[in-house]
Amino acid sequence: MRKLISFFAAVFFASFVLLYVSVQLNKTEGYAGENTLTVYNWGDYIDPALIKKFEKQTGIKVIYQTFDSNEAMMAKIAQGGTTFDVAVPSEYAVSKMKEDGLLIPLDHSKLPNLKYINPRFLNLSFDPGNKYSVPYFWGTVGIVYNREMLGGKKITSWNDLWDKDLRNQILLVDGAREVIGMGLNSLHYSLNDTNKKHLQEAKEKLDRLTPNVKAIVGDEIKMLLANEEAAIGVVWSGDAAEIIAENDNLDYVVPKEGSNLWFDNMVIPKTAKNIEGAHRFINFMLDPKNAAQNAEYVGYSTPNEKALDYLPKEITEDKRFYPDFESIGNLEVYENLGKRMLAYYNELFLQFKMHRK
Amino acid sequence: MSCASARMMVRDPMKNSVRNVYLFPYVIWIGLFVVAPILLILYYSFFDIDGNWTLANYKTFFTPIYLKMAASSVWYAFLITFFSLLVAYPTAYWLTKTKHKQLWLLLMILPTWVNLLLKVYAFLGIFGTYGLANAILETIGIGTKQILFTDFSFVFVSVYIFIPFMILPIFNSLEELNPSLIDAARDLGASAWTTFRRVVFPLTLDGVKAGCQAVFIPSLSLFMITRLIAGNRVITLGTAIEQHFLVTQNWGMGSTIAVFLIIAMAIVVIATGNRK
Repeated sequence: MRKLISFFAAVFFASFVLLYVSVQLNKTEGYAGENTLTVYNWGDYIDPALIKKFEKQTGIKVIYQTFDSNEAMMAKIAQGGTTFDVAVPSEYAVSKMKEDGLLIPLDHSKLPNLKYINPRFLNLSFDPGNKYSVPYFWGTVGIVYNREMLGGKKITSWNDLWDKDLRNQILLVDGAREVIGMGLNSLHYSLNDTNKKHLQEAKEKLDRLTPNVKAIVGDEIKMLLANEEAAIGVVWSGDAAEIIAENDNLDYVVPKEGSNLWFDNMVIPKTAKNIEGAHRFINFMLDPKNAAQNAEYVGYSTPNEKALDYLPKEITEDKRFYPDFESIGNLEVYENLGKRMLAYYNELFLQFKMHRK
Repeated sequence: MSCASARMMVRDPMKNSVRNVYLFPYVIWIGLFVVAPILLILYYSFFDIDGNWTLANYKTFFTPIYLKMAASSVWYAFLITFFSLLVAYPTAYWLTKTKHKQLWLLLMILPTWVNLLLKVYAFLGIFGTYGLANAILETIGIGTKQILFTDFSFVFVSVYIFIPFMILPIFNSLEELNPSLIDAARDLGASAWTTFRRVVFPLTLDGVKAGCQAVFIPSLSLFMITRLIAGNRVITLGTAIEQHFLVTQNWGMGSTIAVFLIIAMAIVVIATGNRK
């Protein structure tokens, strides 16, 4: 008994000391003050040097927190316990948060740098007039393939994946909209198709792909492709850039039938306390030089037209990540299809997963 | 209990109220974290995706897709339990005969201290095309095989993860076994096999049952390993619950599946329960 009590006492003491030290540390770095800004972003999705620069320029201390899925982020913001001043949801999440009243409208007069954004990326269906959001990065969904493993075979379209030679060679990302969308695109239907007959058709076509599918995985897809566990992967362009940097044999293509165009966007959630600071932060990130620096660090495509001037030519002329939109049939943004339709997409995806070879 | 405590009340009301005070924290705990969540799950299972009251979720469960999923969950859980038992019983038996029992036991329990995700990730490397397992197959002349994303790798990794929970109760029941019973059986002319079959195994059956419960029940609702190790080629009810709660936000359907899982678990507990 005595031993037990002293054990608990020791644990309490240790946690107390740790808590005290961390509070003291935060104080000396100035985090306890009033003038803070909490940024809620995806992991490894900003150049840390830019945060330092922003702090120096404005005297605002930035607290940087990360999430790994839109759903987790929305749940935390809806719950409202923590102050988040800036968040970075994807486009469908923006429209959902807007619907749920989780966003504060942006004051465009405080965002003069908005003019540098390519007009193509403004005023999109998920947020008309950019009332609530400003694009942060954008990209596509496409195919990563290993030139070496495919022995020179070229992949240019979704339909190439149905090739009989590719047995057990394809990794798919575990996302209902991505995979069903690929089926729809391969049949030249829209990614936002809500016609159940078309969706059934897409699902049946996907079932025929099963012999070629090695696995349907999450974030591990990056590691598996870089390790040449399979020759082909269906991934987001950002992930593609990351793995191509790791393995020279890999290449990325946006299929010619069309694909998804996605955006991550800066918004000010309802939980914000420092709204002024949030605007300053967003405007800071829209500054062409900063946007260029960030794009170079993160490796995703920036929507900031002026920033392209500050990026090396190898990056901006890379058609894989800065495609010219005329050459690609149709790049569509996911529309919010509503809960019921999304449930139907997921139902089909589940059936596809259960389809045995 | 109520009957017994009622009688107690008449005899010794003071003592009884003190006893109830002791019970208090536990009752609160059970109420908040066992009964309330189950009732909530039951409650949510009657709502559709738009929040309307409905029985449709239960109807949906009885469609081929979910029945197939339920059948495959039970089948894989059975396989995992079976192979765990197959390995765990001899191991536990051998463990009781060794000199440094506590050390060996510690070594077997040690992996449970490591984060589950970490262990599963390690297997991604071991079973990969260029991993250790294939390197061994290659050197002994069998050649590279696809191990990752197969039924085999799924069952293997699950067994690896659950096996300590099977070994422990069996080991305990073997330890409690009175060795003179075995001597008596042998003296009376029973062969080693008969002794095991008629004396040792029946007397350790409670440990086996406890182990089977500890493995079968969590394996029914496995989800993460199905994606990481089986590449979503194995779909269990756990996967479906995860998807309904996190992606589709169809809490009603997710809860309905959870209700059936709870029923399945209750059946397992009752079926393997002690009938004394």
